[in-house]
Amino acid sequence: MEKLEDKLFTVRNKKDEGHPHIRILDDTVCAEKCDGKYCNHFCPAGVYVWDADLKRNLVSYENCIECGACAIGCPFGNIDCETPRGGYGVQFKYG
Amino acid sequence: MAQEEKFDAIVVGAGPAGISAAITMANAGLQVVVLERGEKAGAKNVMGGILYRQMLEEVVDQAWKEAPIERPIIEEQRWFMTRDAAMRVLGHKNFRHRERPNSWSVLRARFDPWYAGKAEAAGALVIYETVAERLLREGGKVVGVRTGREGDLLADVVVICEGIGLGARLLEKAGLKAPLKADQVAVAVKEVMQLDAGKIEDRFNLEAGEGCSIECFGDSTMGLSGFMFIYTNQDTLSVGGGCLLSDYNGGVISAEDVGRSHGRPVSPNELMEHFKNHPAIKPLLRGAETVEYLAKLIPEGGYKAIPKLYGDGYLVCGDAAMLSNPVHREGSNLAMASGRIAGEIVIRAKQLGNFSEETLWEYKGRLDHSWVMADMKKYDGAVPLLEHNPQFLTKYPELLDRALEEFFKVDGLSKREKQRRIIKMFRKEAGLRFLLDNLKAARAMGFLPP
Repeated sequence: MEKLEDKLFTVRNKKDEGHPHIRILDDTVCAEKCDGKYCNHFCPAGVYVWDADLKRNLVSYENCIECGACAIGCPFGNIDCETPRGGYGVQFKYG
Repeated sequence: MAQEEKFDAIVVGAGPAGISAAITMANAGLQVVVLERGEKAGAKNVMGGILYRQMLEEVVDQAWKEAPIERPIIEEQRWFMTRDAAMRVLGHKNFRHRERPNSWSVLRARFDPWYAGKAEAAGALVIYETVAERLLREGGKVVGVRTGREGDLLADVVVICEGIGLGARLLEKAGLKAPLKADQVAVAVKEVMQLDAGKIEDRFNLEAGEGCSIECFGDSTMGLSGFMFIYTNQDTLSVGGGCLLSDYNGGVISAEDVGRSHGRPVSPNELMEHFKNHPAIKPLLRGAETVEYLAKLIPEGGYKAIPKLYGDGYLVCGDAAMLSNPVHREGSNLAMASGRIAGEIVIRAKQLGNFSEETLWEYKGRLDHSWVMADMKKYDGAVPLLEHNPQFLTKYPELLDRALEEFFKVDGLSKREKQRRIIKMFRKEAGLRFLLDNLKAARAMGFLPP
């Protein structure tokens, strides 16, 4: 298995529809200040994808595997990331 | 549950630190509640996969005879890798571990529910699917926890074992811990890969039920500061690894660094595929099917990154306390030891009827006088050394690779000539720096006194 999408498919995730636990604080910071779009790389689940037309990062929070790198890795501190509500989110089978 | 119910202790997090604290306190008859955000213990808990006997047995005597472990680790291997070579620089196959294992491979979604069950059997109440949202404070003293589902819970002391990473921000929100920086944590990923037990034993040269651990440095992480690993489980392999979060960013940590990155950004999955496709690794994984993909932050800030570990009404253990020794892939042992010691201090505080800083400081005192802080201090400089000296994981493995190629090659040159060539190569390409670097490394890794 090589592709990230296939790997993410192996993760059991109790989705909390309508309750995103990740938020970009200010889209203009991503568009104007961040040349590297670092989150598009360091996130192990590829949650962040830059959309050049919309000039903002699209956030697939339902793919998050809950490592917490984003809040620390964004050099601008522009990502707010909470834990999903109790019982929701990833529930590992192997761990 | 009624509001305002008061416990002796609230433990935040049902991982190795939290459960060790809970078992210790519950065994002494304290009223203990453990808060866990997953649907069961281990549902959100990740590690590479090695657990240590002694620290577990200090909490639950003879635990390993019934604990759901995967395989006892009989052989430890450390490899250096270049793009097209692998050097097994260290291999220790120790059959004494059959009688008395030092460590085991484990899968946390199997081990943690068993361990949490031990806390429940001792009388602790473990509440699942419940997020600890923030610490409740009264005039500076921590008096309880606001939870997502159970309202406010009050206790004489809160033992914070919330781990590191997503949602582990109780201390940060209360201003009791500085926000972490990208060069203080590693991002590791792991794939659990299913493989027939017999195939695992054949490929890794193991007897039935026995295991090995392999850690790979150098090209395995594309020269970035970290390592990759393979741990053998019963009928799966744990394959993974990672590097400093700032390394994925090409060295960028804060807004001031943007535009000054010293390398191209790399993604954890790219690192993983690079490792899995190394010619020395690929045949070991052939036919193994990935059944789970996981990620976790590892505390790598060393001794200097440890926050204040005690205060009026609270203690901090495990990953939340930044206790880890990444050079030796140790973490679960530090979590269990710190959790147990915290539990013992709370028992003492209960006897004294005093849960203020005056009593709880002794937790730090106990850790300071134990191997825990001795190791944290000893390895404090190891991660920055690798981070700022990329030659350790790029150039030096290559030099060793070339030296070994020369050494083994039969090409009509005399052995004396080969020796001369190898020494000349090291002089020319590494020189005095090589010697000084190795001295520094030997100190940072703890082989020599500082």
